[in-house]
Amino acid sequence: MISLPIFLILSAILFSLGLFAVLSRHSMILLLIGVELMLASANLNFIAFWRFGPHPEAMTGALFVLFSIAVAAAEAAVGLSLILLIYRHLRSTNPKDVNSLHG
Amino acid sequence: MLPTETQPQTQRIRPALNFAARRPWCTLALLIAAALVVGTGVLFLLNLKAPGLLTAALMDALSDPGQAPVLLKQGLLNYLENGWSFAPWMLELTSIFMVIGTLLAVFGVIFALTSLVERKVLARIQNRFGPNRVGPWGLFQPLADAVKMLIKEDIVPTGADKVLHLLAPIIMLVPALLVLAILPYGPGMAPIELGVGILFFFALGATTEVGVFMAGWGSNNKYSLIGAMRSIAQMISYEIPLFLAALSVVMLSGSLSPDAIVSAQSGYAFSFVPHWFVFTPWGFAGFVLFFTAALAESNRSPFDLPEGESELVAGHMTEYSGFKYAVFFMAEYIGLLGICGFAVALFLGGWHAPLPWLEWIPGYLWFFIKLYSLVLLAIWVRGTVPRMRGDHLMGFAWKFMIPMGFAIILAAAVWHYAGGGVLGWVASAVIVLMPYLALGRVVSIQYPASRRVYRFSES
Amino acid sequence: MNSLSEIIAFLLISSLTLGAAIAAVGLRNIVHCGLSLAVFFVGVAGLYLLLGAEFIGFIQLLVYVGAVAVLIMFVILLTRPEDEAAKLPGLRWRQLPGVLIAAGVFLVIYLAIMRSPSLLRDVPEPAALSIQAVGEALVSGHLLALMAIGVLLTAALIGAALFAMEGEDGK
Repeated sequence: MISLPIFLILSAILFSLGLFAVLSRHSMILLLIGVELMLASANLNFIAFWRFGPHPEAMTGALFVLFSIAVAAAEAAVGLSLILLIYRHLRSTNPKDVNSLHG
Repeated sequence: MLPTETQPQTQRIRPALNFAARRPWCTLALLIAAALVVGTGVLFLLNLKAPGLLTAALMDALSDPGQAPVLLKQGLLNYLENGWSFAPWMLELTSIFMVIGTLLAVFGVIFALTSLVERKVLARIQNRFGPNRVGPWGLFQPLADAVKMLIKEDIVPTGADKVLHLLAPIIMLVPALLVLAILPYGPGMAPIELGVGILFFFALGATTEVGVFMAGWGSNNKYSLIGAMRSIAQMISYEIPLFLAALSVVMLSGSLSPDAIVSAQSGYAFSFVPHWFVFTPWGFAGFVLFFTAALAESNRSPFDLPEGESELVAGHMTEYSGFKYAVFFMAEYIGLLGICGFAVALFLGGWHAPLPWLEWIPGYLWFFIKLYSLVLLAIWVRGTVPRMRGDHLMGFAWKFMIPMGFAIILAAAVWHYAGGGVLGWVASAVIVLMPYLALGRVVSIQYPASRRVYRFSES
Repeated sequence: MNSLSEIIAFLLISSLTLGAAIAAVGLRNIVHCGLSLAVFFVGVAGLYLLLGAEFIGFIQLLVYVGAVAVLIMFVILLTRPEDEAAKLPGLRWRQLPGVLIAAGVFLVIYLAIMRSPSLLRDVPEPAALSIQAVGEALVSGHLLALMAIGVLLTAALIGAALFAMEGEDGK
């Protein structure tokens, strides 16, 4: 009963929740939270396909998720330091306030 | 009723309380005798259900003391299956609860004992007695402390975030308790044999930081927040030397499972020197690194800036009183016990005996002997070394311990590939010593110990 | 087929994950959002463990909960608005296009899943991920990716440190 489609639907729900968070534009941190939600749902997809797929001994899904976790951590670090810089400059975390090309 | 009149319930037990207060030893003896009588009666009645199985379990356990807990548990499960006809899933559930109960009981007693031993040892180092009023040598002090913490009022600050304030101690306690489940207490006696045990341990250590943050932020107190930030920064900085020291051991044993690492340290060289990793040059340096980083991870002196009493009252635990503070206290000590247990498993040979003719002492006793000597070492360090300054602390982690960690990994690799000859040992020792001296020089130049200048007010 | 305990475990962990995700997106206080993101990561790690990828599950706990969640909490604290009581606005009508787009994406993925017959096969349980195999694959077959990840992480480290340093000069 717990097979591949259940996991894929779960990750689709998480992905659309993350997409909604990115599109809601309340705060830049909420944007980043949405991106992390989307990345986690994609990783879940990979692991589900590794488990229920035809060649689990090749471990492609699991290795990809390993690299994806590393990349997501690096991207979160850089993104958060950017948010900090923008906050220092503009005193606000609302993405709508970042609307001029010249600082 | 006036407050000075006693309630009817206390009137009935007042004579008994008087007797207990006047003759404590008699009361204790009576209670022990009563417990023995009741226990024997219960055991006799239980034995009637499936005659002979309980004594068979006991005999099994006594015949092989090295595996006594496992055999006792199996014997009890056998008795339950035959006498009370437990279904297989009930047997599994009972087995799990037995293990959990034993672990909690053993570590609860060790935690209570450690809280007392720490106070007495620290006191002796500071040329005073510790608590010695409550029982003989202060042995019932943990009981008094427990009662005190339970009856204290639970104060939650007005502006505090109620949910975070409540959840933070729990989130700190649960990872500490989970670590106890993967330690190899004896041969085949790790409650859960995880193939990725070391990773599980580090993941739990990392999860503790979220609890610290919740405690600091949920208290609505600037000093708690500062303490929590310092604590998190210290924890993430000192996690890396912890990983690097453990990485050298994992590299050489070829497995992330604590059982396999302990098995890799079996046997004796020259038939009296055990193969523990601490007796190799890289292993000794790795053990010192791991132990220092472990002290920093548990926020113990000399790394207790986040909870320095003279600066931040109690850091992230400031606004906690009563039972929640007791939970924090317990989380800290059980975290220390868990990480010392890991140091024992990684470097000190786990449950192996140090000398071949001492192998008749069961493995789990050796584990707890080694664990407790590490805890005593931690208490000794706390009483001896002053607290480190904030920037010294971070500089020490990033500029000294992380390069030392890399040097230890290199030394471990050289030692392994030299094949065990003298040249391998010497090269490994050199590879560990040179960065130690060089980095020590660098750090002491950057943070010089200067002559103390006394300034007095001019009047 | 799955035993009762597996089904119960899956239901519990997936409801925790979903609940935490909805909380992370919908709560008004941004600190609560960050903390429910941490709970979400724990839930996802639980799902990985259910699927048999123990190694990846614990790495997820270590990296995401131990580092990324803490990082997000630090930044939330450092960028708090001056008035402490400012909350995130709730659902507004102007967010309707966002809701529609997210619902549309979900619908498309759902239809894609439901219309693929090959996904509904029953597959026997593979062996759990063995660390030896992962290590060997990393240094033999996927060596280039490993080196690239190393370079990427070093670049991210240096970049983040540079950002933090430059910001103090007021630039």
